[in-house]
Amino acid sequence: MKAIICAILLAVLPAVAVAQDEGVKMQSVNVDLSNTASLQRGAKFFVNYCMGCHSARYVRYNSVARDLGLTDTQLEYYLIFTAAKTTDTMVSSMPPADAEKWFGIVPPDLSLESRSRGADWIYTYLKSFYVDPSSKTGVNNTVYPKVSMPDVLWELQGTQKAVFSTVKNPDGSSYQVFDHFEPLTPGRLSPQQFDKLDRDLTSYLVYMGDPVMLKSRSLGLRVIGFLIIFFIIAYLLKREIWKKVH
Amino acid sequence: MSEEIDKSKRHFLTVATTVVGAVGVVMAAVPFVSSMEPSARTKALGGPVDIDVSKIEPGAMIRAKWRSRPTWVVQRPPAVVAELPKINQRLRDPDSSEPQQPSYVKNGWRSIKPELFVVVGICTHLGCTPLYVPQPGDPSVGPTWPGGFHCPCHGSLYDLAGRVFKNVPAPLNLPVPRHRYMNDKVIRIGEDPIGSHSSWKEPLIW
Amino acid sequence: MSAEQEKRDYLDVTGGWLLKLRDWIDARFPMTKFWNEQVAQYYAPKNFNFWYFFGSIALLILVNQILTGIFLAMNYQPSATGAFASVEYIMRDVDWGWLLRYMHSVGASMFFIVVYLHMFRGVMYGSYKKPRELLWIFGMLIYLALMAEAFMGYLLPWGQMSYWGATVIISLFGAIPWVGPGLEQWIRGDFAVSGVTLNRFFALHVVAVPLILLGLVVFHLIALHEVGSNNPDGVEIKKHKGPDGIPLDGIPFHPYYTIKDICGVIIFIAVFAAIIFFSPGLHGLFLEPANFIPADTVRAPADIHPLWYFGPYYAILRSIPNKGLGALALLLAIAILFVLPWIDRNPVKSIRYRGPLYRWLLFVFVLTFIVLGYIGMQAATPFWAEIGQRLSELYFLFFVVSWLYSKPRSTLYMGISFTIVMVIITVLDIVTYVPSIATVKIYSWAMPFFYCALFMLLPGFFAKLIEPKPVPQRVTFK
Repeated sequence: MKAIICAILLAVLPAVAVAQDEGVKMQSVNVDLSNTASLQRGAKFFVNYCMGCHSARYVRYNSVARDLGLTDTQLEYYLIFTAAKTTDTMVSSMPPADAEKWFGIVPPDLSLESRSRGADWIYTYLKSFYVDPSSKTGVNNTVYPKVSMPDVLWELQGTQKAVFSTVKNPDGSSYQVFDHFEPLTPGRLSPQQFDKLDRDLTSYLVYMGDPVMLKSRSLGLRVIGFLIIFFIIAYLLKREIWKKVH
Repeated sequence: MSEEIDKSKRHFLTVATTVVGAVGVVMAAVPFVSSMEPSARTKALGGPVDIDVSKIEPGAMIRAKWRSRPTWVVQRPPAVVAELPKINQRLRDPDSSEPQQPSYVKNGWRSIKPELFVVVGICTHLGCTPLYVPQPGDPSVGPTWPGGFHCPCHGSLYDLAGRVFKNVPAPLNLPVPRHRYMNDKVIRIGEDPIGSHSSWKEPLIW
Repeated sequence: MSAEQEKRDYLDVTGGWLLKLRDWIDARFPMTKFWNEQVAQYYAPKNFNFWYFFGSIALLILVNQILTGIFLAMNYQPSATGAFASVEYIMRDVDWGWLLRYMHSVGASMFFIVVYLHMFRGVMYGSYKKPRELLWIFGMLIYLALMAEAFMGYLLPWGQMSYWGATVIISLFGAIPWVGPGLEQWIRGDFAVSGVTLNRFFALHVVAVPLILLGLVVFHLIALHEVGSNNPDGVEIKKHKGPDGIPLDGIPFHPYYTIKDICGVIIFIAVFAAIIFFSPGLHGLFLEPANFIPADTVRAPADIHPLWYFGPYYAILRSIPNKGLGALALLLAIAILFVLPWIDRNPVKSIRYRGPLYRWLLFVFVLTFIVLGYIGMQAATPFWAEIGQRLSELYFLFFVVSWLYSKPRSTLYMGISFTIVMVIITVLDIVTYVPSIATVKIYSWAMPFFYCALFMLLPGFFAKLIEPKPVPQRVTFK
């Protein structure tokens, strides 16, 4: 028994220790995929603010329209600003070579961003830009230090500066840890409005990461419902057949 | 053995389990079968195609591709169009009664503008691509040949409106895809003319 | 009315033509004979419990993997430029493609869950013991083929984890003396993992290994039906036959176990469906986040680790700070399972009759395996390497203790064994001593110490702890 307890303790304790030693804490976004209006707004923001540089090359405009309840006319009016057809995929009009020249890297495709990073990361990242004169774009990000992406939402959010606190190591050396943001100039949106926009955009990215999650849950419930009925009948038959066995 | 086997109950449960299980198997087969249908990308690639017909010479043919099918535009001089009704008795379906074309080209020359004939070049026999043989009496077909399309695979013959001759293996006329004029120079394959939206029906064979 | 007569009546419902068709076939092909020998008159012990569902379920998943795999292969492109995009194409553009893909990816993980439970059942009830040694070995070969299949299949999505996972595992072959580096390059077919590797892995994944797997499954079943199934009591039902030659504790597989297995299968499918429809990635456990980034051949992800089912072996590999020895330990950890029938020679099969301490031994082994799996998925830190090393020791000690428990041992015998094992472990500790992890090393020494004290010293003094209970002549059945 002691060996077991020992093993369990030794396995659990460091896990707790590791959990405390993470960098910037992610803010919880609580995406609600059933909120179609939020996804529609998110799609509009995505096309307006992200697709200038980023693509979602695996996502088709018409599948977005179908999933978010838009007609073809609405789709062309609200979401397609390029020469793209409704059946095309969401490819940015910025040539990758130019992007590399301007930002140093090709802006990553965002179709699967929510699956590789997670919703909370995106939500926190989008509101964690701060003024940093030492960077080429004039901004930096606490979630993604030395980020090459400019703060495209600054007009909406306003600008902010990051306040760091100093932490001392036991051996006397010290390092900087992000503490909080201080607003510098206000944006067009209030912080609450900006959070809502951020949530809409994140929700849309989560939807793009796995579009089928919109319908797979209700389908799953029906499948499991069918299996329960099947099980009841099969189990009655099993009991009937096994009656004779003693 | 205290309990007797209730045969009718057992029989009922056996049938019920089999039926429900079979229903489950059939439902599970749906995704597998459906996945072989044309995908969203295939459908997107199968969208309308524009063809520039401004430079086409009289009697010449433009070869384009729509939905991976050979799609032709033939420029027929007025004299050729005028000849078309004369061979009606040698044809299987001279009046285009079979749904091998949209309703707006169901006329004597099977096209919107009489001189520009749009057709999908797939023989209705077994899917080969016929040859364009416009010359009347061309030796490759025979002295009574009025000009048209000749399928080299199994010898099916069509006239210059894609109408199939009698006594050849092909059962139906060559299919005409839905198409409309964007302007005088450009034909868009895959879309109906404005206003005749519901007239399109998939051809029986294409 | 006999069972045979009853069945004839069912077939006669259709006016007798079905019956005639059967007789026509039977005259030309042993259809009914095969059905009777393998199913309707294959007598299985009547006391199968929960653990006996997993054989049928494993077969079901094999069918699921083959079917979904065939349909995925219709749209997948095995090329470095096309693979990642073709998977997304399947997920988004192909009708129901997402379901086929999730059935395949979740199915792979479920396959291992079911196979691990199936193997645990075998260990628990001594199903590898005489006369089932070959049955066990065929099973182990299936497990090995499954690992190869899963490993090569994981490269196909061509994500970051696919690419770097394959890079790491293939480089293990480089640890083989002399031929290693050449072999590594031969497997890859390139100087690094590339589209060439992807293409050959695709061929092996969809054709070669599935063929081997199917063959092995047939051998596994032939061996099973030759010797008959074991059962939770570990008694041979063939020893007690009635006057008609049928085992007294046996019941025909059909209809008894066909219908029972159908019930189990339905429950399994419900769990399977719940994962597929509600959380197909299972929080990164079944589909890793890093694998949603296309393979980048010059930038590795921060932390490379295989999927959960290789976790235990990967932890054993990483716990040894020497490439060759680590690879050897990994190989040994799998190889030792093959010879389990000759390590544990205790005549009592079932855990039910093997004395209280054996239950604990097996429990600790399972726990060790699970914690090793957890460690295998953590970032490589010196601390985890050290704990992994200790748990690797416990992993191998299970087999040592199993061998010791094969027959009654004297106090002296157990005492000497304890001393030898502890001396070896301590010497290894001293040899590999590094000041930076001294504290962890000294504290964690308690793990093998307590383990050996509990499972070797204690039964040395109290033999009753491992003394088998009397095994009943017939199976117990409520």
